[in-house]
Amino acid sequence: MSFSYVSLLDLAVVVVMVTAALTLWRQSLAAAVKALAVQGVGLAAVAVILGAHRHDLVLVGVGVLVLAIKAVAVPWLIGRVVAHDHAAREASPLINVPASLVGAGVLTLLAFAATRGVVALVATPAGRLIPFGVAIVLIGFFSMVVRRRAVSQIVGLLTIDNGIALTAFLGTSGVPLVVELGVTLDVLLAVVVLQVLVAHLQRHFNVHDLDQLRDLHD
Amino acid sequence: MILAILALPLLAGVISALAPWRRGVALLGVASLAGVLVLAALIGRASLVGAPSALGGSLGADPLSALMLLVIGAVGLLAALGGVRYLDSQLERGACTSRQASLYAALVQGFIAAMILTVLARNIAVMWVAVEATTVVTTFLVGHRRTRGALEASWKYIIICSVGIALAFLGTMLLYVAASHGHGTASLDWATLVREAPHLNHAVVRLAFSLIVLGYGTKVGLAPLHSWLPDAHSQAPAPVSALMSGVLLSVAFYALLRCRAIAVAALGTDFVRTTLLISGLVTLGVAVTMLLHQSDYKRMLAYSSMEHMGLLCLGAAAGTPLALAAVLLHVVGHGLAKSVLFLTAGEIVEADGTSQIAGVSGLLVRRPALGGLFAVGLAALVGLPPFSLFASELGVVRALSAAGLAWVSALALAALAFVVVGLSAPAARMLLGPATTAPQRAPFSFSVPMGVALGALALLGVVAWPLSSLIHAGAAVAL
Repeated sequence: MSFSYVSLLDLAVVVVMVTAALTLWRQSLAAAVKALAVQGVGLAAVAVILGAHRHDLVLVGVGVLVLAIKAVAVPWLIGRVVAHDHAAREASPLINVPASLVGAGVLTLLAFAATRGVVALVATPAGRLIPFGVAIVLIGFFSMVVRRRAVSQIVGLLTIDNGIALTAFLGTSGVPLVVELGVTLDVLLAVVVLQVLVAHLQRHFNVHDLDQLRDLHD
Repeated sequence: MILAILALPLLAGVISALAPWRRGVALLGVASLAGVLVLAALIGRASLVGAPSALGGSLGADPLSALMLLVIGAVGLLAALGGVRYLDSQLERGACTSRQASLYAALVQGFIAAMILTVLARNIAVMWVAVEATTVVTTFLVGHRRTRGALEASWKYIIICSVGIALAFLGTMLLYVAASHGHGTASLDWATLVREAPHLNHAVVRLAFSLIVLGYGTKVGLAPLHSWLPDAHSQAPAPVSALMSGVLLSVAFYALLRCRAIAVAALGTDFVRTTLLISGLVTLGVAVTMLLHQSDYKRMLAYSSMEHMGLLCLGAAAGTPLALAAVLLHVVGHGLAKSVLFLTAGEIVEADGTSQIAGVSGLLVRRPALGGLFAVGLAALVGLPPFSLFASELGVVRALSAAGLAWVSALALAALAFVVVGLSAPAARMLLGPATTAPQRAPFSFSVPMGVALGALALLGVVAWPLSSLIHAGAAVAL
């Protein structure tokens, strides 16, 4: 039983990690949003697996909430923006795809180095996976820096958020429910605001690429 | 009382959102903020003798929270008064629909409520949720004019601040990881964390605090993630700039202060001091450099906010009771002075149609009230006596020297001197210079509240009344 718990958990974390790398790999925005949805499923699975293992019903409930928000609602909201975009591709990222994947690898190593102290402190099968959470945060960061499309930036932001949620699930015995609900609400509202902003920029100013937004500078 | 101060703006916000637009909705906002200010004063008095709390202790006000509530109430009231004028003029010239006016009024109240929740939350993760909520709520306020520039500023604002604040959340979660594996009970309650801090794992707290400084630092406007600040402050409507610069930055700084107390209790002062010193000095350097090269007076004011936040950061680095008291007095002083200046700047833009320094001249002759307020506000801002910023800047510099950081206080003084020079040249051009039109009076509804705010600032600088006991008690909490 314990063996299958560990391998299931590993599998779920690998899904989250691979989808984070996928968002860097694929240049099609629709594919990035799909990867984000699968990432949400993986994250929900992590919460449910941990909850089942610890007999923590609240955590299982949180997993269901994560599934509803991050695997369904958020990708749907962003998907609406992509649908209105005629050339929904990340045509010219600042760094090409192979180099970004190498960058993601380097960041993962960095995450392992930075979190040695945390892993030593937690010392559980879940805790040993914490570096992946931090690596996903760094990959999200990286993708926000190198990608220029508005949608790619939102995907990067949500990747960061998923990485933090993963770290919190793995490292603690459950975040208080009120905090979990507050964070989820914030994320959902932020995505709604971003979606409205992007839609407005596309419709009224025909702006799709952030390089077109260079009016404000010193 | 605690619940009332949170519920009042929420209720006013819901009414503004649902009721059909009329001028009364804007006045309701003013009434709500006046109520917040009165309640804040009552809570301030109560916090000196006891610890008012609500909802089973998950909300509560110690003197530090109470002082922040007062700043929120005072700046909020000024901004609400400014908001009435902003909406009047926008509606009059058809630049916004009545639907958008309602939305503006509702969001301002939501913004105030989120800030109040930030300072009342005893749980540091709930505090984080509230700070992030301020970002979400203010994005549409920054972009309320719906010009291309305003939307660009809102985009930058929400993206950069959300990323930054996400780092603070990662830091908060790492603190929680440390607490879950410490000796005591796992808790995110601030007081518990401070008490349990000596047992927390040092390596994890160090990583957590670095992330928190970077994260909340983004919202405070600390380098290197400050680039949203000048854009958002210059593009937002004047009352929103006043709120953002006058209180939002310091509310984020308050969050940083709370986390600093935990880190100091866990690690001692060395690591915390170094982190905050680097952050403060870099911010001060960037702010002063940019301030000296500004051609736009709203951006100039925005960089001045960064400069003041850098100074607050240095004061927190010193971390002595004197330093923290000076920091808190500075939060009050900067909040009042900067909101008066942003609101006055908004009136100048309205009158002259430009925010370029070169486009404005002879203000003292053409619009004596506006020019006078702008001049006195700037004098207060650069720390001339009798205004309270003089006392607080001096306090921070003296505390730095006393903490064995004389070189930092020398650098800070040099920066302050540069700012005086950097602000007075453009100010002289705008205030003096040839006047092209006949003198015009400013309405009393504008000049009287601004004058009162500046008067309060001078009073606070001379006798420190009525805040001195609250400030010292607040500094003791933040220690």
